[in-house]
Amino acid sequence: MTDILLIALAMSLLYISIANRLYTYLNILVFQGFILFGVTYLTLTKFSTINLMLIMLETIVFKALAVPWFINYVIKRNGITREAEPYLPNFVSLIIVTFITVSTIILSSSIKDPNLDKTFFVVALSTIFTGLYLIVTRKKIITHVIGYIIIENGVFVLSLAVGNEMPMLVNLGIMLDIFASVLILGVFFNRIGDLLKDPDIDQLRNLKD
Amino acid sequence: MIGIFLTVASTISAGLFFNRNKFVNYALLAIFSALLVVFSIAEYNHLNSTELEFFKPDAIGILLLFASCIVSIIVIIHGYRYIEKHNVDETPKSRGLFFGAMVLLITACNVVYLSGHIAVTWIFIEITTLSASALIYHHRNLRALEGVWKYVFICAISITFVYIGILFLSLSLKEAGIEDMSFDSLYANAGKLNPFWLKLAFLFIFTGFTAKLGLVPMYTAGIDAKDKAPAPAGALLSSILMNAGFISIYRLYAVMARTPLQHWADTVMIIAALLSIFVATVYMTRIKNIKRMFAYSSIEHMGLVILGLAAGGIGVYAAILHIVLHTLIKPTLFLQFNQIYWVYQSKSIYDVGNYFKYNKVGAILLLLAFISATAMPPSGLFISEFMIFQALFEAHNTIILLVVLVLLTMIIWGFGTNIFKLLFTPPLEIDESRIPVISSWESVAQYGLLGLAVYLAYNPPVQFVTLLQDAVKLLS
Repeated sequence: MTDILLIALAMSLLYISIANRLYTYLNILVFQGFILFGVTYLTLTKFSTINLMLIMLETIVFKALAVPWFINYVIKRNGITREAEPYLPNFVSLIIVTFITVSTIILSSSIKDPNLDKTFFVVALSTIFTGLYLIVTRKKIITHVIGYIIIENGVFVLSLAVGNEMPMLVNLGIMLDIFASVLILGVFFNRIGDLLKDPDIDQLRNLKD
Repeated sequence: MIGIFLTVASTISAGLFFNRNKFVNYALLAIFSALLVVFSIAEYNHLNSTELEFFKPDAIGILLLFASCIVSIIVIIHGYRYIEKHNVDETPKSRGLFFGAMVLLITACNVVYLSGHIAVTWIFIEITTLSASALIYHHRNLRALEGVWKYVFICAISITFVYIGILFLSLSLKEAGIEDMSFDSLYANAGKLNPFWLKLAFLFIFTGFTAKLGLVPMYTAGIDAKDKAPAPAGALLSSILMNAGFISIYRLYAVMARTPLQHWADTVMIIAALLSIFVATVYMTRIKNIKRMFAYSSIEHMGLVILGLAAGGIGVYAAILHIVLHTLIKPTLFLQFNQIYWVYQSKSIYDVGNYFKYNKVGAILLLLAFISATAMPPSGLFISEFMIFQALFEAHNTIILLVVLVLLTMIIWGFGTNIFKLLFTPPLEIDESRIPVISSWESVAQYGLLGLAVYLAYNPPVQFVTLLQDAVKLLS
């Protein structure tokens, strides 16, 4: 069951690579949040109930509901155009994301470590690299933020792989999630709308040498 | 003591943030400065004893803690001058946020120095990002917004990289059956760690911390941050925050030094260091923004430090000496920049000149600081840089040494061109009537910092040398 969920997560990456509208991105974020909720429940069997509940609460409330809702709010408030505006055509994106997934599979099959759960490793790495890819190839600041959140989802999957042995690390991952998202979204996006009418990366290109 | 320090410092930070009364604000800052002194001395007396399970003040931590204590107090005084005298649009709220964030940044950096656990290091590095971004955004205009956005975003990615690195490190521990991730346990069990995962962990953690240390690949965020942050904050970002990055990398490197992977780690670090010096050279020779020039100079020095570390032998001693002296020297340039700005109201090298005429004491200081920062003989950095070159030579890295020497010469040329223009060439257009008279007292503390750097390099006290030697022993 865990494998099915993780593969669904990997498939959502292919879908996000060809998504055109910002709302599709948000829906995928919600979808990934729910998947992570399920994976957490199935994987972290050795956790104390309270700790497990906290982590699951974080995935559902924070990843699946609060963050997408807040991005949605930012998009509406600032009147951001709903097009994702990639630099590359969707078809090329699809090929690149497929290539990322395939190469992580090849990479993981070259690792001979009995302690490693390969499915977790492959899905986590391809999610992280797809997030980086999205940041590089999308024009809007808001899509950069979405790319970053996808990276965080990947990191969360990776932390689940070692979760049962080192519960502290999963809790750290939760901290990273909350801290970084609050920093990026909360402190910052409240202000950006006041100063910029159309938050576009082009307007933040003045600091250089 | 760390528990008390953390509690009191966070209370002071919160107090500064919520309090609007000017007198109470400055009283809190005075208390914090006193606390820093007491804390540094108390930790020195508890050398190498574990506190609160996760903290262990070792020699290198104490060295950086003392350097940070001195620099922080001087920066707080300059911050006071910055807010009080020359900024009419400061409100009680912006003042509170500025000082609150500054106290938080200093506290977080100090805790990173003393942290004995990689997760604790990571958490407090996160807090430095938070507090630094509040400082960078102090002016609340579009440019500051751009600076803070880039800083926050790159630091968020870098902190994620470090986290991935910690996860890989835990995988390498798994095989050895160890669960304790404190540095002491890592040192003790370094031989048992799985080399493949350790390599990956080192790569990710090193890359992540370069954002704070200021090396290729993630140095960019720091440059914009130091440019947009008010000069006192820039002084902190280019000294104590860089040290926080350094000590985190140093502790991880100490783990690598106990495994057969040390040579591999050296190669990675030499590549990053050389590229950093190269990038610094490229920008230093053509840059026109004074503050960014100072920021790139820090990149150069961090490259040298990491090069010394990778060269081994006497290079490690030199690297630690270099970073301590750099902590004292670089803030003088940033703090002096404030006065330059008061005179010319510009950061561009095209608008400035003839600084000797408008602020003699400051101009002499700038000349001395330039000599110090480029490591010319009376400067303390000369000693450490010379030892780094010696270490490179002894390690048979002659080609790297030659490349670095050529690059450093170009940096001195670029740096010198701009500084001498600022000091001696008359500016094209300047309205002399609106130039404020700057008191000589503004520069006194900066002279003190430069003098201390010379003193520590040429006539080091016994305790200082002992601490340096103990810090080097961490690698063996």
